Amino acid sequence: MTGAGVLAILPLIIPSVAAVLLVLLISFWRNHFAAAAITLAGLALAFAATCWRPSTDAQQVTQLLLMDGYAAFFNGLILAAAAATVLIAYGYLRAWGGMPEEYYVLLLLATIGSQVLVASTHLISFFIGLEILSVSLYGLTAYPRTRLVSLEAGVKYLVLAATSAAFLLFGMALVYAELGTMELGEIIRRVTTQPAGLVFSGGLALLVVGIGFKLGLVPFHLWVADVYQGAPAPTTAFIATVSKGAIFALLVRYFVPLNALAGAAQFWMFGVLAIASMFAGNLLALLQNNLKRMLAYSSVAHMGYLLVAFLAGGELAVTAVSFYLVAYFITTLAAFGVIAALSPGQREFESLSDYEALAWRQPWTAAVLSISLFSLAGIPLTAGFIGKFYVIAAGANVRLWALLIILVANSAIGLYYYLRAILVMYRRPAEEQAGPAAGAAPHVAARVVVSVMTVLLLWFGLYPAPLIRLIQRLAAL
Amino acid sequence: MLTLLILLLMLGGVAAWISGRWSQTWPRWISMGTALLHIIILLVLWVHDLYRTEPGTAWLEETRRVWVPQLGITYHLAIDGLSLLLVLLSNFLGILAIASSWEGIQKRVGFFHFNLMWILAALVGIFEAMDLFLFYFFWELVLVPLYFLIAIWGYENRYYAAIKFFLFTQASGLFLLLAILGLYFAHARATGVYTFNYFDLLGTPIAGGAAFVLMLGFFVAFAVKLPVVPFHTWLPDAHTEAPTAGSVDLAGLVLKIGAYGMIRFIPPLFPQAASEFATFAMILGVIGIIYGAIVAFAQTDLKRLVAYTSISHMGFVLLGIFAWNELALQGAVMVMIAHGLSTGGLFILVGDLQNRLHTRELSRMGGLWAAAPRMGGVGLFLAMATLGLPGLANFVGEIMVLFGVYQANVTLAAIATGGFVVATIYSVWMMQRVYFGPNVHELRLRDSNAREMTIFGAVIAVTVWLGVHPAPVISTAKPALDTLQDYARRPATTVSVRDAAPLERGES
Repeated sequence: MTGAGVLAILPLIIPSVAAVLLVLLISFWRNHFAAAAITLAGLALAFAATCWRPSTDAQQVTQLLLMDGYAAFFNGLILAAAAATVLIAYGYLRAWGGMPEEYYVLLLLATIGSQVLVASTHLISFFIGLEILSVSLYGLTAYPRTRLVSLEAGVKYLVLAATSAAFLLFGMALVYAELGTMELGEIIRRVTTQPAGLVFSGGLALLVVGIGFKLGLVPFHLWVADVYQGAPAPTTAFIATVSKGAIFALLVRYFVPLNALAGAAQFWMFGVLAIASMFAGNLLALLQNNLKRMLAYSSVAHMGYLLVAFLAGGELAVTAVSFYLVAYFITTLAAFGVIAALSPGQREFESLSDYEALAWRQPWTAAVLSISLFSLAGIPLTAGFIGKFYVIAAGANVRLWALLIILVANSAIGLYYYLRAILVMYRRPAEEQAGPAAGAAPHVAARVVVSVMTVLLLWFGLYPAPLIRLIQRLAAL
Repeated sequence: MLTLLILLLMLGGVAAWISGRWSQTWPRWISMGTALLHIIILLVLWVHDLYRTEPGTAWLEETRRVWVPQLGITYHLAIDGLSLLLVLLSNFLGILAIASSWEGIQKRVGFFHFNLMWILAALVGIFEAMDLFLFYFFWELVLVPLYFLIAIWGYENRYYAAIKFFLFTQASGLFLLLAILGLYFAHARATGVYTFNYFDLLGTPIAGGAAFVLMLGFFVAFAVKLPVVPFHTWLPDAHTEAPTAGSVDLAGLVLKIGAYGMIRFIPPLFPQAASEFATFAMILGVIGIIYGAIVAFAQTDLKRLVAYTSISHMGFVLLGIFAWNELALQGAVMVMIAHGLSTGGLFILVGDLQNRLHTRELSRMGGLWAAAPRMGGVGLFLAMATLGLPGLANFVGEIMVLFGVYQANVTLAAIATGGFVVATIYSVWMMQRVYFGPNVHELRLRDSNAREMTIFGAVIAVTVWLGVHPAPVISTAKPALDTLQDYARRPATTVSVRDAAPLERGES
């Protein structure tokens, strides 16, 4: 590896160093604040290293990683989201009362795994990144180990993720058996240029199963609601944003630019996944009385929307997906940030009835949650609106009218449950029988995070041009 | 300057909200002051326009800025006579809405006025937006404060009504979005230019079938708001459950954005498709007139009754728009304004009655004239305006629509005339049930106070003024409507639809 290569993967090295430092520190001095501070410093330095790129050329680092503008963009996004998660987790873990320091080690590792994913060019780095991410997530999910739901969620995630990893590995083996290469770019080139054999198609299908599981697409969505609900809210925020976003970025990187999907069997495969995810996600979300479960199913639907843009292909689709992911990251972090901030200690603030009349007790918190729900529903003034607009535009550009009409119908269904949640918050307190649970006073760090997220939501909703320019400059493939 | 006007309303709303933390009265005065300031500026603009001697374009003011250059979205506001009239109407009714909730709203006054002001701001934005993206932006934005208004301050069934309202209009709005995008890409394929600008999109050549589908997308969105009969079911619920100010805004203004959208966009953008569709749309209009009136007659809830009369009146608007000749269009504009005034007034009256009687049921009323003669007089006036008594604004509008439609389609004009008869029946019947007859329930109520009489006085004055001397409205709307008719006549430059490459980097 050359010196330039080392410089290029600094954004990966810095969090790794921070993780090691943190482990050493914890072994002789437990201090929550110091742990959080080191984590934040590591993430901030890595973010700075991402922004500061010596040359704008793409830098291939060994066979495994490609540090180009696209990787830099998503690295920055992942690091920023991880930092937001740290701040959300800080107040949450303090209220929880257990030993919180290792949480940050796991968080750093999961972040590194996601960073590897968005930069990977090889099946090996793809798998390594995915496993670093998954294994850390088991820990992050089951972290409050005295809480049964979290343990259950952790085990459930472990079993299902291990199964999907087995699918992935087997798929990789089949692909390798047919093509004799593990380089992703090469594999996709083969797909487009020559007719695929049965073994290869089977391998690809297994890979899609693995990816579909990680994204929570229907019919691989069975873990989503339980894990979202059981995991502590900061972890849920992380799973919903970083883990899904990284995998989607990888998917887009390899399939979109080559228009590998146009007309192929894979197109129909992803199309069916998209339609099923949109419908099942939204319809199941309708039935939920638990905000975390509702957001879980809504995330299934959102992945379906993203797949529509992904299927559209072309440069517009890359911009649309990137923009949508940024908007979705911000929105989700704000929503789960509020949930985490309100959760007092042992119990999570997750049932819709907990939010009864919140607007009159904590107007600012309720406003943040409402704005993020409006953003998920794609209402103007929020980044979600521009994101949805972009996704629909990408689809309309290549005339995917059937998928778009399904998307539109689904976003009307989706609106219903978002509105219901908002309505609960704005109900008049006089109508309640029993006094509502008051909800914890949000910690100042969480307050700052959700406020920043809200400002960003409104800013990108009103003036998206700079962000779009950044995406087009960096994330173009 | 147009931006400043919208910002003025938005900031007024925020100021009202913030001041609501300390006081119940400040939000009222702040929003009233903002709305008054806004309407004064508009009136100056209007008078200036009326006495303009040199013939110019139809456009009075324009602001244009780059917004999202990557997608060809501009921040483009412009105002012509049509927009100006509707913005004036919005403001006038907005002021009435603030005044009418002066005493009725006692809880969360700040947030209430914030919502009122933001509804106004979004409506003004809709009437002024000349970029389709911006139009859609405001179109969706108006729903949020209105939703809160219904859901927080509404009556018994408010949650159901609020969600139904939001879902209906949002779902239809998404079809509008698809249609806008379809037009956007069709234009780009034909010319290579990616733009949402209204003026650039005019005259986009689109193949007949595609144009018809896109036109339908626009039509459905506007038809739900207007509402045209098969899409009207959200309206009675939303109107009935909304607080008075919400009903005034809904009936007076939100319905108008549907009509405005049709006039501004459908025939100018899709002349061919619109003319093929016109007869069908006119039939829907006639159905609306008759159906709305008959169903109104069958209501036992006073507020629902008024809500259904709106459907009937909006039938005239639809009829006038799709007849698409000068007389019918001017009539449609006139009906829009007159209906806003008279129905807005009626909703305020019903709200006042409900505050006093705590019921809207017609069977629980009767003989109120003796108990509250001032309210009775106002009620009689508004009922007469609704049924189209000559000399009042509604009559002018509806008769112009009928004359216009007569030129286009005699049969439909003849059937629509029947609407007058049914309107007379329900209006007179409503008067009979509420005000005349014996006061069997021995109701006593406080008559209108000075504040309420000022509101009604303003409504009555404007209705009479426009009924006797409608010339200012007509002459203001005329250049705008002429220009729109010009757009619709302009032939599309025929270029093959599939020539240009799909949007790649999104550069415009």
